[in-house]
Amino acid sequence: MIDTKVVLFGHTLDNPIIPASGTFGFGYEFSEYYDINILGSIALKATTLEPRFGNPLPRIAECPAGMINAIGLQNPGVDAVINKELPRLSRSYSKAVIANIGGSTTEDYIKTAEKFNSADSVFAVELNISCPNVKEGGMAFGTNEKTAYNLIKAVKSVSKKPILVKLSPNVTDIVSMALAAQDAGADGISLINTLVGMRIDLKTAKPIISVKTGGYSGPGVFPVALRMVYQVAKAVTLPIIGMGGVMSAQDVIEMMYAGASAVMVGTANLIDPFASKRIIEKLPAAMQELKINKLSNIIGRSLNE
Amino acid sequence: MKEVSLTITKNVPLNLDTYKMVLRGDTAGLKAGQFLELTVPGFFLRRPFGIADSTDNSLTILYKNVGQGTAAMTTLKEGQVLSALIGLGNGFNLKKSKKPLVIGGGIGIAPLYKLCKEFNAMGIKPQIVLGFRGSDDAFYIDEFAKLGNVTVSTDDGCIGFFGNAVECVDFHLPDYDYYFACGPLVMLKNLAARDTQGEISLEARMGCGFGACMGCSIQTTKGARRVCKEGPIFSAGEVIFND
Repeated sequence: MIDTKVVLFGHTLDNPIIPASGTFGFGYEFSEYYDINILGSIALKATTLEPRFGNPLPRIAECPAGMINAIGLQNPGVDAVINKELPRLSRSYSKAVIANIGGSTTEDYIKTAEKFNSADSVFAVELNISCPNVKEGGMAFGTNEKTAYNLIKAVKSVSKKPILVKLSPNVTDIVSMALAAQDAGADGISLINTLVGMRIDLKTAKPIISVKTGGYSGPGVFPVALRMVYQVAKAVTLPIIGMGGVMSAQDVIEMMYAGASAVMVGTANLIDPFASKRIIEKLPAAMQELKINKLSNIIGRSLNE
Repeated sequence: MKEVSLTITKNVPLNLDTYKMVLRGDTAGLKAGQFLELTVPGFFLRRPFGIADSTDNSLTILYKNVGQGTAAMTTLKEGQVLSALIGLGNGFNLKKSKKPLVIGGGIGIAPLYKLCKEFNAMGIKPQIVLGFRGSDDAFYIDEFAKLGNVTVSTDDGCIGFFGNAVECVDFHLPDYDYYFACGPLVMLKNLAARDTQGEISLEARMGCGFGACMGCSIQTTKGARRVCKEGPIFSAGEVIFND
């Protein structure tokens, strides 16, 4: 019997597949396309204290093996997420979800995290300290160890949920960032967020993205993401959620070999609305081929190789 | 929205850089104003195109060679199978009008062809204004002429009215109760400024095309809206045009 279950913060997931924040909205819209209850969990769109419209258009640019986005944390604000989006999601999804919070100031993060304390369907809060597309806050919190440490500690002091810290790959040393998060009391680490990139229009010589740069994601970043998951897994004792360019069930297994306890699927959802479903459906066969019976047994298998 | 495999049955140039592609497959139930997201082999993101015409088992898109993806499309051959998401977006609301004015600019005339056909099916012959840069850019004039009363405008005056589509409307002052437009943003903005009693079809660089990524959000008088999901058709009065 193939067993795809994994445990995260004492919470058992039917499988390790979680659509990544920002690629799945607040989930319910995908229930028009398939029964989303097959998903291990869902990471909600980044939520800020106040509503945000985000950046002007264009926000999207294509790349050979992925895309650049600069949405700028568009969301209806934490109160609307708790009072409208979560109840709406609960009508089509019966499992617990991961909230994702962003902010410009420490105060923003604290207040937003506090509000999610009362959201029963949220089993963990992912702290987005790695968004490359906002002027203030975002990645600025996630590229300096001291700043990250202070923010995580402050959020931990008010939050009743396990805190997952989403790290930026746009740093010199990912391991020291992960260790800072662990020292500050984080319960888990998710990585990687997008890599800062840009494209220029050949005819006009202007950057395609309105705010010039954006976050590069897609299968092109998978090797970088895998390497960072591997390095962080060697250094910390916290559970890790791996993400970055995961397109297939085989990619999921590779991420888990590198040390991920669960895997987020992001950009794949945008070119194929059924991507997360297809990966879940193909996972048992991919496991069987590699003679894996129990998926949780392979977490970190490559770390000692 | 549904995912389908479509087989190319025709892919021919209409002028120097505009092409017509006909694809066969399960294409029932598409509404005028909706679009599809087509996978072009070798490119990561799907590409959005307005549906120019459709039946239960085929659809037509009109596209302009403007970049690497559309250049690759011009080389695709009959018989090739492409993946597509179809039935995307809201579509035009034909019930709004008994005396429609249809205004198209450049490649934006594509979704208006299906709209005019549907008006014909309701026994209505629309007034049609088609604007092009010049005679080299013009296409589908004869096809539209079978569906309604066509006036052409060109920026260089080579064909029809000498001026843009909005100036052409101002000059001819056609009798209409509601308009339907698709074309360059500046054309839509000028139309909305002269009359809010109409619907405009917007274009955007999209990530997904089905509402997940927020890559194509615009500001409206009702708040943020996604061109791909709540649109691409918006009431002319609700769109906030940013310069």
